[in-house]
Amino acid sequence: MSAEVAEVKVEKAEPLFSKKNKKLFTNPLDIDNPVTVQVLGVCSSLAVTTQMKPAFVMSIGLTIVTACSNVVISALRNTIPSRIRIIVQLAIVSLWVILVDQILKAYVYDVSKQLSVFVGLIITNCIVMGRLEAFAMGNKPWPSFIDGIGNGVGYGLILMTLAFVRELFGAGSLFGFKVWESMGLHYQGNGLMLLPAGACILLGVIIWVQRSINGYRESH
Amino acid sequence: MKFLRNQLDKAKHHFEKGGKWEKYYYAFEAFDTFLFTPNTTTGSKGVQVRDAVDLKRMMMTVIIAMVPCLLFGMWNVGHQHFLAIGQAATDGAKFLIGLKQVVPVIIVSYGVGLGIEFIFSTLRRHPVNEGFLVTGMLIPLVMPPDIPLWQVALATAFAVVIGKEAFGGTGMNVVNVALTARAFLYFAYPSNISGEVWTYLGDGAQTVAGYSGATPLAISANAISTQASAVAELTSFGSGWAEGIYSFKSMFLGTMPGCIGETSTLMCLIGAAILVMTGVGSWKIILSTFGGAYAMGLLLNALGGNAFMQLPAHYHLVMGGLAFGAVFMATDPVTASQTETGKWIYGFMIGVFTVMIRVFNPAYPEGIMLAILLMNVFAPLIDYFVVSANKKRRMQRATV
Repeated sequence: MSAEVAEVKVEKAEPLFSKKNKKLFTNPLDIDNPVTVQVLGVCSSLAVTTQMKPAFVMSIGLTIVTACSNVVISALRNTIPSRIRIIVQLAIVSLWVILVDQILKAYVYDVSKQLSVFVGLIITNCIVMGRLEAFAMGNKPWPSFIDGIGNGVGYGLILMTLAFVRELFGAGSLFGFKVWESMGLHYQGNGLMLLPAGACILLGVIIWVQRSINGYRESH
Repeated sequence: MKFLRNQLDKAKHHFEKGGKWEKYYYAFEAFDTFLFTPNTTTGSKGVQVRDAVDLKRMMMTVIIAMVPCLLFGMWNVGHQHFLAIGQAATDGAKFLIGLKQVVPVIIVSYGVGLGIEFIFSTLRRHPVNEGFLVTGMLIPLVMPPDIPLWQVALATAFAVVIGKEAFGGTGMNVVNVALTARAFLYFAYPSNISGEVWTYLGDGAQTVAGYSGATPLAISANAISTQASAVAELTSFGSGWAEGIYSFKSMFLGTMPGCIGETSTLMCLIGAAILVMTGVGSWKIILSTFGGAYAMGLLLNALGGNAFMQLPAHYHLVMGGLAFGAVFMATDPVTASQTETGKWIYGFMIGVFTVMIRVFNPAYPEGIMLAILLMNVFAPLIDYFVVSANKKRRMQRATV
């Protein structure tokens, strides 16, 4: 968990999409990505990415939960006694998780079944808790909202990349559409891509690519 | 030779600093030193005494040790082919069939692997390492004879990039590269590398009456449910078309279906002798791997729960790829334990896990691959404990 409790001193006259606020959104997409840089939420990103559809739904679910919980916690931040803040955070996160879960069950039941326990487990997703602790507890609601959206989208980006490769090479389809067969090719599915171990290797490759683009060097 | 040297010298200045192909210097250098011993000498400072055997010669020794397995494997591919289709053939014909099946696999493995090595060494500006010489030969030897070539290419690429280059190249890898290739295929395309794929049949070939492609390990595992004696099942297998194909003697000699190079325990032992005599492979690892498998076999015999557990311990030593893995894979100096005590533990555990996986895990009929990969990961930990135990002992002896 990155410990930077970046106190963003928002001036009264600051425009809604100031440079600082834009950074809050763009940083988690790349140089401060919750999955590939902070290495949070890896469990769910390995578990729900065999197909693109559940991965997509999961990304949206997590984005909503993170953003909304961030806003609520940020609004309450001065009234929460610090000794019980975790339990307060959990209560608020679970509120949003249950909402998302019920909506999924009502409208996309099949995906909800596929995601099974992982929607419920958003509550323990380190990204949500991490953003609440590291950001929402020290910032105003609007930047917190942007931060939540940014981290959710950053997580979703990695999820979708993983799911794209895994579904394309594992099952030979995208969103259930048989890509190779529609091109008239016989495709033999790669079983490794469907295993969580394959996803872990893929995630490592994504981190490798990202680091070599950003020029990251391990500090000794 | 003189001509070749002259040509290389003539081209050399293009690759040196400032030349037009400066970028490809390391590719050129690798080619040069592959053909000729480098003419550089040690400087006036630093190490003065060096062994004449550099990494390339060492790797070549391992390849020479693999030649008996390779040649026998080629003959055996043809031998099994003609047994399965029920025709008599001369040894020459058998060898030709094997040659036709095996050589493309070797070419693909070397071509893809060395290609990636050259790309990485050019990108990262380091000399081409020789590690792939051995890996490129090991990969074909642990493949089924009729493996699709594109799968070999994919597995080799995966192993070199993920198994080796991601960790920093030759000498940095955590797990054995050739086994990474095999494990990749095992999990990615299980239908092509497990089950009854171990005999090359040829397109549309008619198999002989009563033919079955079951492996000794599968037969032994099957004996659990049929409650028959595993040894009896093995010796009676193949009656009618290949009498005694899974007798102990046949399994020791290697005249049975299997991966291209791993069927023959005898040929592996010849390779082991070459490795041990030249000092390239560690006899401790080889011996303790066999020892571990035998000990585990004996333990299971003593417990004796089902037919597979009652299989005599010495059968475990000749079945599957244990010998090949023990001699050529486990002794890989990069991924094995470095300490002398550690080597005993490392090898022993490989043997134990191999038999354990074979007997108790119905999903994975052969255990040597997974056992070696597992112990590769644990090798640094074993070394750590051996070193700290040694430190503790010496501290107690110290009289300060």
